[in-house]
Formats: sequence, structure tokens, C-alpha cells
Amino acid sequence: MHRCASPLSKTMNMANEEFPLKKVCIICAKGTIEDVYAALVMSNGAVMEGIETKMFFTFFGLDAITKKTMNCLHTGTVGNPAMRMPGGLPFPTLLGVIPGVEAGVSSMMRSQMDKLDIPPVKEFLEMIEAGGGEVYACKLAMDMFKLKKDDLWEGVKEVLTVGQFYEKCGGLQTQIIFT
Amino acid sequence: MAQKIIAGVTVDVNEEGYFTNPAQWTKELAAEVAREEGIQLTDKHYAILDFLRERHSKGEALTIRSVGNSGIIDIKGFYGLFPGAPMKKAAKVAGIPKPASCV
Repeated sequence: MHRCASPLSKTMNMANEEFPLKKVCIICAKGTIEDVYAALVMSNGAVMEGIETKMFFTFFGLDAITKKTMNCLHTGTVGNPAMRMPGGLPFPTLLGVIPGVEAGVSSMMRSQMDKLDIPPVKEFLEMIEAGGGEVYACKLAMDMFKLKKDDLWEGVKEVLTVGQFYEKCGGLQTQIIFT
Repeated sequence: MAQKIIAGVTVDVNEEGYFTNPAQWTKELAAEVAREEGIQLTDKHYAILDFLRERHSKGEALTIRSVGNSGIIDIKGFYGLFPGAPMKKAAKVAGIPKPASCV
């Protein structure tokens, strides 16, 4: 049920107008297509709204900013109850384990996105950078996966510790978003 | 429907100031709307406005990527010409509805 102009919603609307979001810090810790794109779409959307944007990639999220892997991310075809066949029928988990199926589904997903003008990962990151968004990598996860700065996309601004990232997240009207 | 007088001409707009009838748009009105946004229009701006108006008239989605691929300007330059929120500002100046695309 929709109730109009309750005192609370009025107060909230005023708060939205008086304190618009000024900065978002978006953390991406997973490397599937959907997790990475959630972070990219949210970040690019923020940049397009004129909101200061900082991205932090950690754990498997590093795949999205690693030169070798960034443009061939996959989606999981096993253990994903929301996965459907093109016609809408449920996607049997047993099908998902057959070699090549995950790659096929992933490439189908990428081509669907291309039709909606959603760019490949590298181009998307470049768009975010072009609008002033900043991209950071997590030092701890890089140590864990034995990655060096040279392995990362050139646009990565810095490799940071968690503490250093939090230092960049200060300020009023800032939100930290974990995708 | 709301109306607004821009440069002496009465125009139909929505509550956010976007034109509701793109046919009412002229270059002179664009210059005035841009001034309100703190932008002085150049030929480059007008080329982008024409591009967006054409895409809108064909019913194509207005995405920032399409502007970057237009051959008129790259995305960084687009942010430079319409600082802050480029798609929204450019659509407002171009006399077309606020872009409904997420990319």
C-alpha cells in the first residue's frame, strides 16, 4: 500500500534534498560476471551523476582488474538457483558441470550485455576513469594471489591496505557499498 | 503540465526542467538552458546535442558509451564539456527527456 506524504516520508525527502550523496566507495570481492558488473554499473552510474567514486577490488574481485583475466570473466553455472535456460526453464546443475557449458553461458551473457551497450570490463573501467572515478587494489589479496602491480590494468591508481582505503572513504554524505 | 519562459519563449517542461516536447527546442533556447547550467555552448557542444536528439528521435537508448563511440568526442571530453552529470545535463540542454538508461 502506498501512503502519501506521511510526516516521516516528508522528513526523509527533505533529508534527501539537503544531503545528497557526495561520495561512494564500492568494494568488489568476487570475480563472477554478475558480481563484477554490479560493482561496475553502480560505480559508473555514480560517476555519471557527478558523485565522487572510489572502487576497491579484493580477493577474487581482483580478476576484474588483472590484465590476463579481466575480459574473460565467467558466471557460475553450478549452485546458482536463479540460472535459467534461454526459454526460462530451470537450468539443471548437472548440465553446468559439463566442460564448456560455463564458458558458453558466460559468452552468451557477455553478448547479451553488449546489446544493451554494456561494455566489456576494461572499457567499462576506462569509462569510469574518464569520468574521474578511481580504482584501487587490495594489498593483502594481491600478496595472497602473488600478483604484482604490473599484472594489473594500467588504470589502477594504487595498491592499498584496508586502512589506507578507509582513509579515502572519509567525509560527510559518503557511503561504502559492498557488492 | 508545467511551462517555463526561456529566452522569451514559453516551453513545456517537467518539474525538473526537461523539455516535454522536443519539437519546441531551438539552438537559442539550448544556449539559454546551458547558461543556467553554467555552460557556454561551443560547436562541439552543439554537435553532441544534435547527436543526442537524433538518437532520441529514433528511439535509441541514450548511453554514455554511445556518445563515446559517436566520433564526436571521447568520454573524458564529454565529462569536460558537461561537467558533473554529463548525460543529464546534455539531455536537458538538448531538449529531450532525462535519460532512462543505467549505463
